[in-house]
Amino acid sequence: MLEEILFQLELGLPQIVLGLVNGAFYALLSLGLAVIFGMLNVINFAHGAQFMMGAFVAWMLLNWVGIGYWPALVLSPLIVGAFGVLIEKTMISRLYKLDHLYGLLLTFGLALIIEGIFRNEFGSSGLPYSPPAALGGPPVDLGFMFLPKYRLWVVVAALAMSLATWLVIEKTRLGAYLRAATENAALVQAFGVNVPRMVTLTYAAGVALAAFAGVLAAPIYSVNPQMGSSLIIVVFAVVVIGGMGSILGSVLTGFGLGLVEGLTKVFYPEASSTVIFVIMAIVLLARPAGLFGRA
Amino acid sequence: MASGHASTAPALLVPEAPGLLGLSGLGFNRAQSIAFLVMLGVLLVGPFLLYPVFLMKLLCFALFACAFNLLIGYVGLLSFGHAMFFGMGGYVAAHAAKVWGLTPELAILAGGVVGAGLGVVAGWVAIRRQGIYFAMITLALAQMVYFFCLQAPFTGGEDGIQRVPRGALFGAIDLSSDLTLYWVVAAVFLAGFLFINRIVHSPFGQVLKAIRENEPRATSLGYRTDDYKLVAFTLSATLAGIAGGTKALLFGIATLTDVYWAMSGEVVLMTLVGGLGTVFGPVVGAAVIVTMQNYLAEFGAWVTVIQGVIFVACVLAFRAGVVGELGRILKVRL
Repeated sequence: MLEEILFQLELGLPQIVLGLVNGAFYALLSLGLAVIFGMLNVINFAHGAQFMMGAFVAWMLLNWVGIGYWPALVLSPLIVGAFGVLIEKTMISRLYKLDHLYGLLLTFGLALIIEGIFRNEFGSSGLPYSPPAALGGPPVDLGFMFLPKYRLWVVVAALAMSLATWLVIEKTRLGAYLRAATENAALVQAFGVNVPRMVTLTYAAGVALAAFAGVLAAPIYSVNPQMGSSLIIVVFAVVVIGGMGSILGSVLTGFGLGLVEGLTKVFYPEASSTVIFVIMAIVLLARPAGLFGRA
Repeated sequence: MASGHASTAPALLVPEAPGLLGLSGLGFNRAQSIAFLVMLGVLLVGPFLLYPVFLMKLLCFALFACAFNLLIGYVGLLSFGHAMFFGMGGYVAAHAAKVWGLTPELAILAGGVVGAGLGVVAGWVAIRRQGIYFAMITLALAQMVYFFCLQAPFTGGEDGIQRVPRGALFGAIDLSSDLTLYWVVAAVFLAGFLFINRIVHSPFGQVLKAIRENEPRATSLGYRTDDYKLVAFTLSATLAGIAGGTKALLFGIATLTDVYWAMSGEVVLMTLVGGLGTVFGPVVGAAVIVTMQNYLAEFGAWVTVIQGVIFVACVLAFRAGVVGELGRILKVRL
């Protein structure tokens, strides 16, 4: 019995490592959602659409302007982040005094608009985007399996970005203002901090994180208008499981659930698309506030 | 959406203006009685002026939206996963009519029963969190049901269940004529509509509104709010299942479209356009959206964009919806 499981695990190792790659995207996206929610109290339903925009902007930069992957990794989040500033300034900022559900409805509408426009322009079939030359080449030999360099890079980049976000929020002066404003915005404003501008920039940063994930995803998944919408629903489940209380919690939950999904693909492939939702239900029954949440 | 409804709360304490023609017995005030009579008139004359299949589709969605509104309007719970009940109700009704050979009324009932069962389970999980989390949880659960339908053998996967017979009502009245079917669908809609109205005006409904306005207070008064929410959720899911079952019989097909998250979004949109928490809002909203889809079908993916624009416009500038705004202008509750 045990030998059989070990044998299956060995065969399934690539799947499990791929699960880690998916987990990298869950982590980055739930991190962005948590950053936005912490400051704005808005669940950004357009997060999936902004992830997709990040991938498309990278594709456009390459095919229309001739700008390659590495500059796009910086430019695309900046461009999509600027779009986020526009959205926050013109629409979301009008809703802060209302019930939080209106923010969800507004961003859902925005997601429909963005996705619809891209579907009209680019169709539903995916566009190819090849990984940069430096990360192409032969797969890395990890001893127990061969891993394409690019996928390894995705995991590393996601971890580095998560760490950077954590450092900014926990260890810098700006992060201290942010955390203070999350607790009591009025008081922080009274101390002379421009809270509305901080809120706008927080939204832009969260959106930029989604776009960054989108650029990372472009060479793995084909670039298509629907790439964000199904992913974002899984990320919502991830957020419910982890709770939005802590950054490290979001990252751990994201990677962990990616792994679990990978394992499920090995042992019971039929359930691989639903396992995260099942876990969500179990966590809700056992610990409604989420694994890392504060009730 | 407590803030959106704060203005309606004091009205609970003020005696209503007397109704018309004994319709106050249904819990309607004067304006609602008039609106109800207008709706009845449209239901009676409609099939002779408009294409009955279009009207039937509209009525199925209107019932779906009313069921959804029971939650958001009267309990303050935003479910972003109602497609799971609508779609599963459709699948089960189609399966019951086609494979088990049940008569249409039993097939629709089977859709309702499945909606109820699914509602108990999903509600039991989802009511553990409130507000935004509740919306995300219901959305995730609905996505799980979607994947189940994609893989389960009886749903026919991407093909769906096709060529579902309409059958004969009670085994006696053949429903292949659109007009005959119309009266059945109209009766189902009306029964569901009045049932919801009855719930809302019952003592149970008053407790639901109390929970919407101030849940901790309702708890402190001794109500088990979770039980009330679960019952309301299940009732809403049941009616959504009935609406889905009716739609499946009407078109003779049950597909993945009806369990997809976009359908959950559509019913939110209908209710928002019509007016959250109004009696007639969901019906008007369903009429607006279904009509729009009918006329804009040729624009393909632009329909999604237009729906998104309506969403954004409603949230930013038109939060009371068509019926809510009308009520404000006429100074009545509709």
